Amino acid sequence: MSSDTAATPPASSGGVADGRSSMTVVPVRHPWRWMASVGILVLAAMLFNTLVFSHLTRGGTREGRFQWGVVNQYLFDAPIMRGVLVTLELTVIAMAVGVSLGILLAIMRLSANRLLSGAAWLYIWFFRGTPVLVQLTFWYVGISYLYPHLTLGVPFGTALWTFNSTTLITAFVAGALGLSLNEGAYMSEIVRAGIIAVDEGQSEAAASLGMSRSQTLRRIVLPQAMRVIIPPTGNETISMLKTTSLVSAIAVTDLFQATQNVSNANYQVVPLLLVASLWYLFFTSLLTIGQYYVERYYARGASRQLPPTPFQRLTSALRRERPAAPVAPLTEIPWVAPHD
Amino acid sequence: MVEARGVRKSFGRLEVLKGIDLTVGRGEVLCLIGPSGSGKSTFLRCINHLEKIDGGTLAVDGELVGYRQSGYRLHELRDREVCASRALIGMVFQRFNLFPHLSVLDNVMAGPLWVKRAPTGPTKTRAAELLERVGLADKLASYPNQLSGGQQQRVAIARALAMDPKLMLFDEPTSALDPELVGDVLDVMKDLAASGMTMIVVTHEMGFAKEVADTVVFMDNGHVVESGAPGQVLVEPAHERTRSFLAKVL
Repeated sequence: MSSDTAATPPASSGGVADGRSSMTVVPVRHPWRWMASVGILVLAAMLFNTLVFSHLTRGGTREGRFQWGVVNQYLFDAPIMRGVLVTLELTVIAMAVGVSLGILLAIMRLSANRLLSGAAWLYIWFFRGTPVLVQLTFWYVGISYLYPHLTLGVPFGTALWTFNSTTLITAFVAGALGLSLNEGAYMSEIVRAGIIAVDEGQSEAAASLGMSRSQTLRRIVLPQAMRVIIPPTGNETISMLKTTSLVSAIAVTDLFQATQNVSNANYQVVPLLLVASLWYLFFTSLLTIGQYYVERYYARGASRQLPPTPFQRLTSALRRERPAAPVAPLTEIPWVAPHD
Repeated sequence: MVEARGVRKSFGRLEVLKGIDLTVGRGEVLCLIGPSGSGKSTFLRCINHLEKIDGGTLAVDGELVGYRQSGYRLHELRDREVCASRALIGMVFQRFNLFPHLSVLDNVMAGPLWVKRAPTGPTKTRAAELLERVGLADKLASYPNQLSGGQQQRVAIARALAMDPKLMLFDEPTSALDPELVGDVLDVMKDLAASGMTMIVVTHEMGFAKEVADTVVFMDNGHVVESGAPGQVLVEPAHERTRSFLAKVL
């Protein structure tokens, strides 16, 4: 082949002998990568085809396989939107209570007092050791069965307020309670990992300045622990958004239950599952983006130069039409220069 | 300024300090030298109660550290009271321990703002002055890990000075530095000594000890082996153990 002779010097010379000052570098070829890429493209085309163009005859009428028309009809339907709202409320409440409880339990577990750390350990053991669905059902059914009346007052003494359990603990309250208390157990382990990850020298430096233990925790340790805490917490939030669908088992009309209600009436089971999935995907995508920026915020001081956000990369790419990308010598890379 | 009488400290069954007697006068610079494991860093950490002592008494500026005496009983002080006495003692660590999530300026302002609840404006001015004094006027907005070790240690000194301490403790301040950055940090410390600050310095820099110290204390195995003027301890040590140590490091 003619291209081969252009790249390789004559065999006899064994070096740069044909008057040229440099040789051409021939990159290694990756045939398997190409094959895999083609395979992926074919699969993608098949997926797109089946999602969009494919048709099916059901009950004598020919219609789109995925019935996107039905999906579209219910996507913003009022009952569905009310379900979306309930799902979001439960997620926010469960995560807010869960994180606060998690911080409290983590501090208790790290306490020098055996009783405090033991109590936290027992809590985590119990709530991690039983399924959420069981806990949810317990809060909804079990509490009013065991304690028909809840009282607030002096321990072993007089009661000041008495509540009727069934009116106080509605399905929504039971759902929020169950998810929050369960989340607290998981969050406490995440927070504890974050606190342990902060170097002990930080607490010593804070103490040597005269900061109290609570100041040290609030001002020095927790802000640094956040870097370790945020990624798994984002994970937990996304997980919680979907776990809330379990409350449909205790008669809370969340997003999933709302779509179930509709499909129970019109038998369009699959399109309404798609409606639910699209909403869950939409909010998990939002959370993923949010997590990215929160992580960036807490990375201050941890990495010397933050990488640009996707948005910054896009704007800088648009500003210079062609990225010239000159290969700079090491000393000219901007973040190396300020450090001597 | 510092008065130690028979200070003892054990970690589990290992006795690290076996009765330390030491006196540091106001404005005096004392250098603690000795092999690693001799207890010098532990003793330094006892002075501001980062470590609790198991026996003896330790007083700074006439007040017991971490305890209150009533008759023959020593009552452990509450967290808040310990904090108040620590605020008067500055400390510089071997590994700097700057707060990585705060800028250099915020690191220096942290103590006065949060512990003394000082107003922001004057605190900022004073912090900037201190950073200028340690030669880092152009690094106020940087974060600690954008600085070299020597620069970080100078920020740490400024951070300690921002609390207006009456005593400064240095725990091997140059041991984690590249050799060529040691000089800058030692210069700042020499300035500080010249300005009349009372300082206790755990160090392996014999040159610094010889030049700046009023007293050099040689510790080994939890005991003070000998102490005296640098010209005596470092040049004509009385004890064989001191001589063999100096022979290795000089």
